[in-house]
Amino acid sequence: MRLGCPSVRLNTVVATTQVPIRPNSTRLALAMLLARTAVWISQRVLRRSGGVIGGRVIVRLVPGAGEMLAAGRRVALVSGTNGKSTSTAMLAAAWATEGPLSTNSDGANTPAGLVWTLANARTTAVVLEVDEAWIPWAIRTFGPEVVVLLNLARDQLHRNPEVGRLARAWRDALGAVPTVVANADDPWVAWAAQTAQRQIWVGAGQIWDEDSLICPECGELLDRTDGWSCTCGHRRPACDWTISDGVIVPPSGSSLSYLTLPGPGNLGNAAQAVAAATLMGADPEAAAAALAGVTAVAGRYATVRVGDHDVMLVLAKNPASWRASLELLATRRNALVLAFNADGADGRDPSWLYDVDFSELRGLQVTLCGNRATDLAVRLEMDGVEVTGQYGDVRGALHALPPGPVDLLATYTAFQDARRELGRAA
Amino acid sequence: MQPDPVDIVVVYPKLLGLYGDRGNAAALRHRAAARGIGTTVLEVAPGDPIPEQADIYLVGGAEDGSMAAAAKLLERQPGFVRAVEAGAPCLAVCAGFQLLSREYVGVDGPRPGLGLLDVTCSRLTGLRAVGEVVTRSEIDGSHLLGFENHQGDAVLGPAARPLGIVEVGRGNGHEGHEGAQQGSVLATYLHGPVLVRNPALADLLLARAVGRELEPYLDSRVEQLRRERLSAAVSLRARLLKRA
Ligand SMILES: [Zn+2]
Repeated sequence: MRLGCPSVRLNTVVATTQVPIRPNSTRLALAMLLARTAVWISQRVLRRSGGVIGGRVIVRLVPGAGEMLAAGRRVALVSGTNGKSTSTAMLAAAWATEGPLSTNSDGANTPAGLVWTLANARTTAVVLEVDEAWIPWAIRTFGPEVVVLLNLARDQLHRNPEVGRLARAWRDALGAVPTVVANADDPWVAWAAQTAQRQIWVGAGQIWDEDSLICPECGELLDRTDGWSCTCGHRRPACDWTISDGVIVPPSGSSLSYLTLPGPGNLGNAAQAVAAATLMGADPEAAAAALAGVTAVAGRYATVRVGDHDVMLVLAKNPASWRASLELLATRRNALVLAFNADGADGRDPSWLYDVDFSELRGLQVTLCGNRATDLAVRLEMDGVEVTGQYGDVRGALHALPPGPVDLLATYTAFQDARRELGRAA
Repeated sequence: MQPDPVDIVVVYPKLLGLYGDRGNAAALRHRAAARGIGTTVLEVAPGDPIPEQADIYLVGGAEDGSMAAAAKLLERQPGFVRAVEAGAPCLAVCAGFQLLSREYVGVDGPRPGLGLLDVTCSRLTGLRAVGEVVTRSEIDGSHLLGFENHQGDAVLGPAARPLGIVEVGRGNGHEGHEGAQQGSVLATYLHGPVLVRNPALADLLLARAVGRELEPYLDSRVEQLRRERLSAAVSLRARLLKRA
């Protein structure tokens, strides 16, 4: 059985055991023992994944466990509203060209999951995906060498109703960080990143600008005609790394091509990952080659065969990522299943459906499922998109579609449901 | 199609559109089209003038920083205030509700609003109000449904009446009121978007804009959505009562 934090399991990376970093306290060792038991029960008896439970046990028994476990390691954190799992996997693959490392590829990105990842890591190098709201905690606890900051936009508004408040919390916390690799095209990110001791600016692009129209510094409207700038002098910083047409341009040396995952968002993620890996000591060309092998992150963009259908799974959690994903899917013209929930991680208020233009889906075969499919059905009706049917689950929705390729776009919890269901079906 | 379409103006959706507020324009357009009434939708960019001759104005929600920027811009748009005072139908949601009031709490403390509503807004005591809402409409007794997500309250003065009376949720935080109505303004904390979830409210704005009653139009998908949201909110209340 698998107990550990997954050491990197990407194609090109073999994680061999280095000198294990042992918990230097009896109390922590005891907590680990209890945590492993809890995880075993969770996995074997309750059939749950378990890692978060293990982390909870450790944190409860040893409040300073995070700091102890991070001591002596080289930690990189990755955060942002969109693309953090993909970027984390990319950075892990790229940095692993320098040696074995550990990462939370299970996506458990809040304190319990992060501590559990470290508790099981046998490597010095650790890459952690961190939930946006937990970045200040993770910086205090793990003392990272680098923090990679991707973007900030509306997401789960019932929990984080103000993007500006998140950015301020980042800004306050980043003073303790030696280097940030920050997206210069996102005004909130750039503002938050200013307080770090050193910035590596990446022009990673911005898919969604509607939460960053005002100046974080003075509150005036930004001029967004060319990048972004304000009359107060706050403006888009000059970039060390840039992207253009499938190519990453480093500060020196030749351009690096990136063509694996579709869309400008993923190219930007790749650029930030290569920049961070280079900072950590990797060779840029080797790093770029390694991260090009990252194809399906936690099932995203994976294609599975289910009955008569080849189903590509796409996860999109918020209006920015739905816009980007629909743009991609509309050009593929495949039949579509849209799986829509509004539980915690999806955001409990699905009003944001109206931030997304669905009119490009007119003429496609579209079926719906998920516990809030009716909200989506109404939204599609208002954009003149015909819906073939609305079903209780993904398999029902698939049955209604003719054999052939199908693209499945799902919110966070609907995506997890779909993976479970299709895993059984496949 | 009627020759003269209903001109809908969405006020600064890029600043005042945090909760899918463009959806209110989509609902109006959809319900107008069902009656053969044409519409135009103008989304006013921040800094551009707000036309004074529109038939319906929509003002949406925002976080504090964007709200402050919008407030500054609105102060320089007397045409908008004149149009609403002259009777143009206007829907104001969340931050929009506060901006149209006499006073609200901005980033630097209390500040004057546009004064189109006899309402004073400050901070809601206790936790932020987040969740499904059911109110009883003070207009026609129907259920008004939506999702609230705010830290603001609203105290109604004598010239304003509530839009609904809260059955599930927090609303304005005083006397069971939710939202406000005064003259041609309907104001609420409800998202969803509110005109999508409450077609009667959309029809009221449209009827006022065209100056006549509209023939009934039952949208079966929307009715299904209303049934689902109502039962979800009611079972939520039952759970809360049990816990209390
Ligand atoms: Zn400024």
